[in-house]
Amino acid sequence: MSEKSPVNWEAIEAKPEFRALLAQKKAFIIPAFVFCMIYYLALPVLVGYFPEMMKKKVWGEVNVAYVFALSQFILAWVMAFLYVRVAARWDKSAAAVIHGHD
Amino acid sequence: MNTPLIMFLAFVGLTLLITFWAAKKNTGASAYFAAGRSITGWQNGLAVAGDYMSAASFLGISGMIYVAGYDGFMYSVGFLVAYITVLLIVAEPLRNAGKYTMADLLAYRLKPRPVRALASLSTLVVSTFYMIAQMVGAGAIIKQLINIDFEPAVIGVGLLMLVYVVFGGMLATTWVQIIKALLLMVGAILLSYLVMKFHHFSVTEFFNSVAHADYGGSEAPKNLMDPGLKFGVAVAGPWGPIDLISLCIGLVLGTAGLPHILVRFYTVPDAKTARSSVVWAMAIIGLFYIMTTLFGFGAATIIKKALLTTGGKLDVNMVAPILARELGGEFFFAFISAVAFATILAVVAGLTMSASASFAHDFYSNVIHHGKENRPGAEIRVARITAFCVGAASIGFAIYLGPTVNAAFLVGLAFSVAASANLPVIVLSVFWKRFNTAGAVAGLSVGLVASIVLILLSPSGIYGKEGAPFPLSNPGIVSIPIGFLAAWLGTIFSARDPEGEAKFAELKVRAHTGLGAEKATSH
Repeated sequence: MSEKSPVNWEAIEAKPEFRALLAQKKAFIIPAFVFCMIYYLALPVLVGYFPEMMKKKVWGEVNVAYVFALSQFILAWVMAFLYVRVAARWDKSAAAVIHGHD
Repeated sequence: MNTPLIMFLAFVGLTLLITFWAAKKNTGASAYFAAGRSITGWQNGLAVAGDYMSAASFLGISGMIYVAGYDGFMYSVGFLVAYITVLLIVAEPLRNAGKYTMADLLAYRLKPRPVRALASLSTLVVSTFYMIAQMVGAGAIIKQLINIDFEPAVIGVGLLMLVYVVFGGMLATTWVQIIKALLLMVGAILLSYLVMKFHHFSVTEFFNSVAHADYGGSEAPKNLMDPGLKFGVAVAGPWGPIDLISLCIGLVLGTAGLPHILVRFYTVPDAKTARSSVVWAMAIIGLFYIMTTLFGFGAATIIKKALLTTGGKLDVNMVAPILARELGGEFFFAFISAVAFATILAVVAGLTMSASASFAHDFYSNVIHHGKENRPGAEIRVARITAFCVGAASIGFAIYLGPTVNAAFLVGLAFSVAASANLPVIVLSVFWKRFNTAGAVAGLSVGLVASIVLILLSPSGIYGKEGAPFPLSNPGIVSIPIGFLAAWLGTIFSARDPEGEAKFAELKVRAHTGLGAEKATSH
């Protein structure tokens, strides 16, 4: 880490590009996280309070509960994939923000 | 000399070689604590996966699903989805703004001494509980495998682990995790394959069997696909469903507060690699936990309960190895047992590493010596000594508690503490400008105390099942909001911190752009 002059953090933080980056990040992360938490916590809620519905068989002996549990794995992987894709764009914006400051 | 012992010694020999190699490369704090930040994305993904897939995961979950079916599978789901929290909220800001430990991030704009002291305490508590669980598991396995007593087994494990950590540091423990993760995946895939082979590779037959699981013909058929065998109202009373929700909340938020997982993100060159390592870890861990369906549920269709019972008690931690023996003979039993044992050893090393790093870096260097390293290498030497002491203490506790203490209970405790004490403070520090030292101190201490007290008062705690004042075995649904609340109240009811708020701009820029992040050292 070689810096000839100290970094003016406030100046960078005030840049419209930086603020835009933060707004973009929030716009994805907050809804995504909230959605995941609701989808995930629906699992113990449904399994605990609507067990008869969850025990209904969907394919052979495989029931709704098991399918819903498996879907959580899909949720996690899909969300990871989406995040990596959008974060790559954020990396470019971040690099543009600090251009000239390192 | 029996086969498990030989395989185990082979693995140990290999890892000692790695430790020797790593010891030569360990020049300086960045090398010892952060493996020189030279670990790549997929390597760290494997190491994180390895750190995570501990005795509780492989042995414990197999056992839980064997006994309780679907409700046991809830652990598998929660353990994976937890990485969403890590990926979206914590991994990158942590890597960008910190140096070696979680407390580095917290102390960024807060007064370092109180925050680091408490963060160090919290890290030590979480790591110790996690570690005792592993040591107990290790002692039990070794006792079964090579027929020595519990105490020498635990001591032997502890000593080996100490060699890895004291001499090899983060580099050695990382590579031990990577190798162990690969072996564990191979073992899990083989075990799953053999289970499906037993069921003639028919998915329909498999699930039919599970729905009429009769434990190898030794019991009346039970439908293990149905939820409710552990947390259902019929079994656990009206608090059962809430206990399950509480468990799930603790799991999904706890990983993002586990110091020994978080510290892995400092071993990669930058935040982008931290991100990709989480994704790699999620792929590996996800695959592994889906396979627990096969060897967990599958075991219940194959293994008679009598095979697992010693002295009238069901040894549920041995489901996976016994399944290996039933399906693949003594050789496969040896392999799986050695892998399970290696798993524990590697996790214990990782935990000791993060606990001793925390003590040396956070408490010793920063709290006692105000951030000045008085002699070069002092911080590393303190870490090594701490590792030794922590190792000795956990050996002592494990021996004191004995082989019948529930390892899963201790791991659950670790997750709840992490989510109640650490996570609120991490999140608020990065995302809330007004957050100050008083808030951090309140959050860490109240979160820590609340989760521990609630567990002691739970049915698994000191009053036993009947007399427990707190009805839930998992305190998360109560203690996590308490942690957040304490951090919030501590902040708004104390004086504003203009210095801390002024530094928020710097923290924001660092966390979100990576400017000024600790770079990899070149060898």
